[in-house]
Parts: sequence; C-alpha cells; structure tokens
Amino acid sequence: MLCLDNLRERFLQGNMRALAQSISLVEDNPELGAKLFSLLGQPQGNPRIIGVTGPPGAGKSTLTAKLALALLARGERVALLLIDPSSPFSGGAILGDRIRMHELSGLSDVYIRSLSTRGSLGGLSAATARVLRLLQHGNFSTIILETVGTGQAETDVVMAVDAVVVVAVPGLGDDIQAMKAGIMEIADVFVVNKADRDGADRTKLQIEAMLGMQEGRRVHPIQVLPTIATTGYGVAELTQALDDHFAYVEQSGELARRREKRWHKEFSAYVANILLGDFFSWANRQDIGIMANAEWGEIEVYGLAKKATAQYFTERMKRHVEED
Amino acid sequence: MMTEGMQIRVLVAKPGLDGHDRGAKVIARALRDAGMEVIYTGLRQTPEQIVEAALQEDVDVIGLSCLSGAHNHLFAQVIELLKKHHAEDILVVGGGVIPEEDIPLLKAQGVKEIFTPGTGTLAVVEYIKKHALPR
Repeated sequence: MLCLDNLRERFLQGNMRALAQSISLVEDNPELGAKLFSLLGQPQGNPRIIGVTGPPGAGKSTLTAKLALALLARGERVALLLIDPSSPFSGGAILGDRIRMHELSGLSDVYIRSLSTRGSLGGLSAATARVLRLLQHGNFSTIILETVGTGQAETDVVMAVDAVVVVAVPGLGDDIQAMKAGIMEIADVFVVNKADRDGADRTKLQIEAMLGMQEGRRVHPIQVLPTIATTGYGVAELTQALDDHFAYVEQSGELARRREKRWHKEFSAYVANILLGDFFSWANRQDIGIMANAEWGEIEVYGLAKKATAQYFTERMKRHVEED
Repeated sequence: MMTEGMQIRVLVAKPGLDGHDRGAKVIARALRDAGMEVIYTGLRQTPEQIVEAALQEDVDVIGLSCLSGAHNHLFAQVIELLKKHHAEDILVVGGGVIPEEDIPLLKAQGVKEIFTPGTGTLAVVEYIKKHALPR
C-alpha cells in the first residue's frame, strides 16, 4: 500500500515512477485519488490538451508520436495518454499503441501511458478525466490524448480536451459519410493521413465541402491537412494549425468556455456517482421487494424508478432531520 | 463488461534481436482473456526501453520472451535496471527457448519463474494471478 504523503512528495519532485503510480491510484480508486488531489492542491502548470481521434488503423499512434517529437524539438515537455479498448468478455485489454512510439523512448521530457477503456463506450475510459487532471500537476506543456479507434459516435474526447484532431484516411466512404453527425463535427483540425494513397485528394475535398456547409458556425476556419505519419510529412503544418487554433481560442475566450464546460461535466458526473451510490446503499437495505416491484404495484420500470427515488428522498430528508 | 478497482497490468516484452514474437503474442492474448491489461511493446527492445516502459506504465509484472539465446545477458540487465530504479518489486518472469541448466542462474539473478516451450498458457495465467503483488 502506498503512503499518500510520500507519493505526493515524490510526485512533486518530478519522480516518474511516482507519477505512474499516482495515475494507477486515481484510475483504480477514485476515493484515494480524491485524497491525493486534495494533497496536491491547485496545478502549477497550464498545459494545452490535444485530443487525437479517428478510425482504427488510420495512423493515430504514429501521427501522435511524430507530433510529440515536433513539440519536444521546440523544448516542450509532453505527456501522452493512449486509450485502447477493453474486452467486453474478460475485461482485459491489449494496450498496443506504444509499439508505434519507439522514436520517443529514452527521451527525458516525454511520458507515455496506456489506459484501457475498462468498459466505457465513448472512446475514452471513465478515469480519463481524472488522469488528465493529474497530469496537469506533472509540469507538462502539452498533453496529447489518443482515443480508441473510433467509429461515428465516440465523441467523448471533445469534452475532455482543448483541441480535437480528427484523423481521416482515404477510402472509407463518400461525401454522405462526411456529412453525418458525430465525429465529423468535432474536429478543430482535420488530418487526411496516408496522403500518398489513392483517393486522398478526394477525401480532403469531401471534408472541405462538408465544412463549407457549416460556414458561419465558426469564425476560425478548420484546416484539412494531408499527412503521411510514417515519414513525418505534414507534421510541421499540423503543429502550426494547432498553434493557430490555440491562439484563436485563447483570444476569443472559447478556451475558457470549453474548460468551464469540462469542469461542469466532471462535477456533475461526481454528483451523479455519489447520489447513485447512496441510493443503492439505501435500496439494498430495503426489503428486496421494492426492487422487484411487489410492494409498489408497478410493473412499468420508469414509474417504479420514480417511486423508488421519491421514497428514497423522503427517507433521506427524514434521516437528515433526525440527525440534526 | 465494466471493471472496477485494480487490474493486473503486465508488460510483455521482447528483448534483443530475435524476430519471432508469436509466442509473446499468444501469451499476451491469454493474459488479456484472463482479464489483465497487457502492454505489448513489440520486437527488438533494449533492456533500457523495457524498464522505461514498465515504469511509465506502472506494471505489476514484466514478461520477457527471448528465443535468441541471449537470455542470460538480457534478463540480467532488465533486473539490474529495475534495481537501479528501486523497482525490484515488479515481478519478472521469462519464457522462450531456455536450456534447463540456465534456469537456476536466472532465478538466482531475480527472474521469479521461467516458462519453457510446451508450458500451457493457463499455467502462466495462474502463476501471475498468484504472484502479482497487490498495489
């Protein structure tokens, strides 16, 4: 068992293993994680958080490594958080994004961590927000979050980061695919990776045409950049596009609004968790009949849930009065 | 399946220059199917790269696979580096084409168990479940 004070001290000294152990702590155990957060206080740094998302095999990990190298080359300290899916059957996972990142090994200013989704379906894990918050204490200038390989609807990343890079590749569909809601809407920068392949120009045009239809929604134009992650082609332009994005959102106040939204989302998730936990600890103490609807004379599940919740609140209030 | 609390994290690594990772992949898959989180770092890793990944990923176990014959040298280096980083609490196991007569030496160096060809994947899973330290 780890001693939290000792962990905090080693963490703040910049000990890499302490950072790694702290991530495990907030991932495995939100309660102890909360204690660590209160020991750490306010984060000293103010890192930019970039999300990289896109379909499986699009080249997210390779591109992420190249982007990190470009940031390191200009003197940044970079943390990479790499999410891969867990098994719906065993709960286990193969975390294999690091395999594309050998160029980053041995460098002192980069930290790489792989996380399993642990059953979450939005492209991240339930603990990702906490881990990102912890990394903000780690003296990094940029954090890059790579999602699982996404389909159309895994858009949790947009609420977790300051800038979203959507990595598209040629050959995955026509202009109607590009118009669909979901992942195609969340990009701050588009990348068409594997740009040396047939159809890359067409993919770029289709995305640009789709973006043209939503003109007016955004003042800042969204760029569509061709890249070849394996060679590094286009990575300088991507770095520049991200700098442009941050300059714009900082100046326009949008960055502050995004971060406020993120704070609210995290806060309400905690409230929901605390309430749910308390409800079920109450419900489990009741005659199991209420859960099986015998006493309630209700079969319809929404009605039952409403009644159980009303009953819970009534008794909770009573308990409060008695405790006072 | 939603998972809560601690899960065993294992780094499956191929030190040195042999290019055969089928065995490592079979083991990685078996550990995944036993509910563990497996970080696979690919072929031709130096002991330095392996220990760096193990520390960054906060793994409970390192599984080293070596078919080149250089296991005595490479496994020992991994153990040395872990000691240097005060991380000797990480369980190290090895597998591959390893002669019987080398096993006592490897164990004396600090490799906790050696799995030679023919070992069932279940034996590896059971060993790790039993010996991985709770965080």
